Amino acid sequence: MSTLSPVLSAHWDEPDSFTIAAYKRHGGYGALAKALKSTPDEVIALIKDSGLRGRGGAGFPTGNKWSFIPQGDNKAHYLVVNADESEPGTCKDMPLLLANPHSLIEGIIIGSYAIRANHSFIYLRGEVVHVYRRVQKAIEDAYAAGFLGKNILGSGFDLELTLHAGAGAYICGEETALLDSLEGFRGQPRLRPPFPAIAGLYAMPTVVNNVESIASVPSIIEHGVEWFQAMGTEKSKGYTLYSLSGHVANPGQFEAPLGITLRQILELAGGIRSGHQLKFWTPGGSSTPMFTAEHLDVPLDYEGVSAAGSMLGTKALQIFDETTCVVRATLRWVEFYKHESCGKCTPCREGTWWLVQIMKDLEAGKGTEADLEKLLDLCDNIAGRSFCALADGAVSPIISSLKYFRAEYIQHLTEGGCPFDPVASTLFETAGA
Amino acid sequence: MTPEQAVVAVETVSAVIDGVEVTVPKGTLIIRAAEQLGIAIPRFCDHPLLAPAGACRQCLVDVEINGRAFPKPQASCTMPVENGMVVKTQLTSPVAAKAQEGIMEFLLINHPLDCPVCDKGGECPLQNQAMSTGRTESRFEGEKRTFEKPINISSQVLLDRERCVLCARCTRFSNEIAGDPFITLNERGALQQVGIYEKDPFESYYSGNTVQICPVGALTGASYRFRARPFDLVSVNSACEHCASGCDLRTDIRRGKTLRRLAGDDPAVNEEWNCDKGRWAFKYISSRERLKNPLVRGADGELHEASWPEAIAAAAAGLAGKRVGVLAGGRLTHEDAYGYSKFARVALGTNDIDFRARPHTDEERDFLASVVTDLKTTYADIDKADHVVLVGFEPEEESPIVFLRIYRHVRKRALSVISDAPLASRGSKKLGAKLVSSVADVSGLTAQSVILVGERAAEVEGTLSAAYALAQSTGAKLAWIPRRAGERGAIAAGAIGNLLPGNRPVGDSSARVDVQSAWGVSSLPENVGRSTSQILAALNDESLDAVLIGGVDPMDISADALNQLLNTFVVSLEISNSSVTAIADVVLPVAAVAEKSGSYLDWRGSARHFDKAMEDVDLRSDVRILSMVADALGKPINLPTVTATRAEIESLGNWDGAKSTFTPRALAAAPSDEFTLVSWRFLLDLGALQQGEANLAGTAKQARAHISSATAAKLGVTEADHLKISSDHGSIELPVSIREIADNLVWVPRNSEGSQVIPSLGFTRGAVKVAKR
Repeated sequence: MSTLSPVLSAHWDEPDSFTIAAYKRHGGYGALAKALKSTPDEVIALIKDSGLRGRGGAGFPTGNKWSFIPQGDNKAHYLVVNADESEPGTCKDMPLLLANPHSLIEGIIIGSYAIRANHSFIYLRGEVVHVYRRVQKAIEDAYAAGFLGKNILGSGFDLELTLHAGAGAYICGEETALLDSLEGFRGQPRLRPPFPAIAGLYAMPTVVNNVESIASVPSIIEHGVEWFQAMGTEKSKGYTLYSLSGHVANPGQFEAPLGITLRQILELAGGIRSGHQLKFWTPGGSSTPMFTAEHLDVPLDYEGVSAAGSMLGTKALQIFDETTCVVRATLRWVEFYKHESCGKCTPCREGTWWLVQIMKDLEAGKGTEADLEKLLDLCDNIAGRSFCALADGAVSPIISSLKYFRAEYIQHLTEGGCPFDPVASTLFETAGA
Repeated sequence: MTPEQAVVAVETVSAVIDGVEVTVPKGTLIIRAAEQLGIAIPRFCDHPLLAPAGACRQCLVDVEINGRAFPKPQASCTMPVENGMVVKTQLTSPVAAKAQEGIMEFLLINHPLDCPVCDKGGECPLQNQAMSTGRTESRFEGEKRTFEKPINISSQVLLDRERCVLCARCTRFSNEIAGDPFITLNERGALQQVGIYEKDPFESYYSGNTVQICPVGALTGASYRFRARPFDLVSVNSACEHCASGCDLRTDIRRGKTLRRLAGDDPAVNEEWNCDKGRWAFKYISSRERLKNPLVRGADGELHEASWPEAIAAAAAGLAGKRVGVLAGGRLTHEDAYGYSKFARVALGTNDIDFRARPHTDEERDFLASVVTDLKTTYADIDKADHVVLVGFEPEEESPIVFLRIYRHVRKRALSVISDAPLASRGSKKLGAKLVSSVADVSGLTAQSVILVGERAAEVEGTLSAAYALAQSTGAKLAWIPRRAGERGAIAAGAIGNLLPGNRPVGDSSARVDVQSAWGVSSLPENVGRSTSQILAALNDESLDAVLIGGVDPMDISADALNQLLNTFVVSLEISNSSVTAIADVVLPVAAVAEKSGSYLDWRGSARHFDKAMEDVDLRSDVRILSMVADALGKPINLPTVTATRAEIESLGNWDGAKSTFTPRALAAAPSDEFTLVSWRFLLDLGALQQGEANLAGTAKQARAHISSATAAKLGVTEADHLKISSDHGSIELPVSIREIADNLVWVPRNSEGSQVIPSLGFTRGAVKVAKR
């Protein structure tokens, strides 16, 4: 299983991969024609059968999500694509949209057809203007080609697609905050219930899916459930994009069947940067508890990572070698969460404010071992107490780093400062430094 | 129990909280069900009248349903009770207790320890719950978030951002309850803060409620800030004197001075809210213009302070044997109005009494006696209404708590509102009101509908008749909602020429016999008495010789009213120096509302009794003073105290005989003049009872002349221009506002800065000339 399985990324190396012509050259929009010949319920059943699970982090079965939309309710339905990719370390949706935007658009049309939506939205992270331009062009081309608009491919199905740029807030990746932001309000998570499937965008039944989940749909329609299920593991079917970053020889996106291990991916990526060893890594972005070298053989699927005490998350594999100070890295992450905390609930807003101050002191070697206990106790008072999952993510690097590297924290305290040379961990540092 | 309150079968659910079974109506939140068991779960963002937010996380509890436990504590303010639920609060779950302690600790890390100088200290939910739920010592050793303080979010509301716990009660109130989303949370993380829009300041008539529901000292009222500690205050239940909504109030007194007023809690009326006028307009009580001692006009033509016996004797001497009219005013308590009513009949032998100090008609007087005395419509009827029709009534300006009730149903269930207002006001827009040109154009009503008629309906002949006919033909509920707090009580007390106390028709001999026997007099005047305008005319042509005036501003009646009083004997009962006291022959100072006991009948006709709030004040209620004057006249009315008056009103009871029938009038034709002035009052304006409170006045709406875009084009004006509006009497000049209004109408506020229509134009409604200035 140690080979790649490029589907979405199969043609990224072609110079015109992002164009509608290139997409069609490789059979693009064929799945759409096929889907439109089935009933919407058949499409939902097919996606359910395929076992496709949400690629945004939570791993919820996509087909099930679609089936929650009440049918025959005479209400507008919406499909909203979450393209607010902001999780530290995650860089899969943006390259996908840059190199292969039509896979998403085709997936949106099929998904909208399935859930009976006539207007869909892509909520795109506002900072990536180049991706915005490219997706906007792809949408224009899809309209021109008759894949969007009225009576798509003569099926009688109409769909409008709107690309919306966010204003740059991590919280807007949370689906209900995303909906508030899309409606023009300040992005803060909504109280649930009601869930988006009942009252989402403009209080109408709404499906919110990750870019990669929706972009995977055309391939499943085209090649069939068996083809998809042949990849992956028992409960985590299919292929996915892993984003590999940090101290590796060849970082980037690796599309592989679910269940591949970091050891296998590192082999494909040329290993840890020359002369160094793996120290710690995240399986799915900074919100997922970190792993160490002992987890190299954990299967990177939903169940495998969970069994090892973390989460598959966005499959953002951030690799840190022995030159990295884990306290420093953790502080940087916690600063990110403090900056991005939306302010709605107390534990996240106040907790991250406090955690950063303690972490800064610890990195500077101030404090005692009792502060580590206080830190863990604060984490306990934050995790599972907040309105949404943002704060859970904020404490996971602290808890997991203390679990594996407590001695390194204490070393900061006993030495009165950080024992690491921060320059040594930079990529511009010469090999073997 | 009235039929309205009859028990309706409600679906219930049962759960166990801290080992005790509780059964509650389906949909009840855990936090509320726990309250029923006496279990107080700490909370900040939760408020029973606001939609759940789940923001502060202070109310976390452990929950399991049918044996399946939630993996983490749940916010009890957002989760409804379900059958089979087992809840463990901080009392029985160490996890919930630790979660709550943790949240409290977080809330306090950025909260200043300035309780000793904070207005909220001593009545602060954060302080109290920090004691019940917090740690004794903080573990926080870092740097607190700080802000510049305080900032004005309006002239009357101040914000200390560092104290704010970001519960969003204020922003939710403004949006959900008042429909004024002028404040919002800005920024994010710990820097999140309440903010206002640059172009739309927090000018909501209900802004004071945000101060009251703020669970910390973040929002404070400018007029109360740093004035007192809560534990130095004596709190007294009181009733609001400003309008007929009928709010329950709490008045806080320190050393004989009213320092603040808060909304009381009456679910049937104001729930837990009030308007800013009711909250902040009380400085008139301590105005420098207040009268403390009687005044008698001497031989030199000047007013001189006099002793009470001297003044009472002077009043009696001036009134004895004279033909006297009585202008009672619309702000009396029920008991005081009864005093005027009895004084007129017994001491003066006349029915020439009228409480109406505003434009009025005989149609209205008949309507009040024959129709209004029977009306039993309440707030609960609005709750059930399918349509609400507003006739000559602008609820947000003229009865703001009625507005809140209607707005609630507009928001919750898109209640249909129809208004005959000539202008789409902001209030109308908030209610989504459909405007009709006349009540005659209203259709589609049912017995579930409610017709709310304001006092301005009297200003267009036939409108009251048409509203009554509409109620009769559709079965819709009818209500009459005057602007002033005392009018409904004045009707009940018979302070009007066609009614004796207890709704008894003056012309009905058995009704008179009732009253004669109760009062121990051998006869009562039989003819319907003069109205306010007739009394003034009679004084002018000397068919009346003297007048007894309660709290009346002649400019509320007509531009000539004061002149009509000049050559007559005037006895004025007043709280402060006024245009009437300046020309009066005898001035008898009376107690203001906080200085006396009494009751107001609100628009429903329901009484709210209140006790004397300011114990040290030695001023008397109107009824007590009238009783003394009657004694001096040798025609006692035997009403020495408010309590005695109340007892007499109760023992006399209400009339159960026939009412006079109401003779409908034809609806006046629509105005055909080139321009007709229409107007009503803003809630916050130049009203006498709002004097002395600059912070409140700072949020009053600016006067503008509202015209249609077609009229603006015709006159060649834009919103940058001013209009001159003139009548035979005079003129006013106001900036232009282009709004949804008929082309031949121009709307201005009735009594605002730069726009006092009776003194300037001589009327509240009529033909005017309009031109670009």
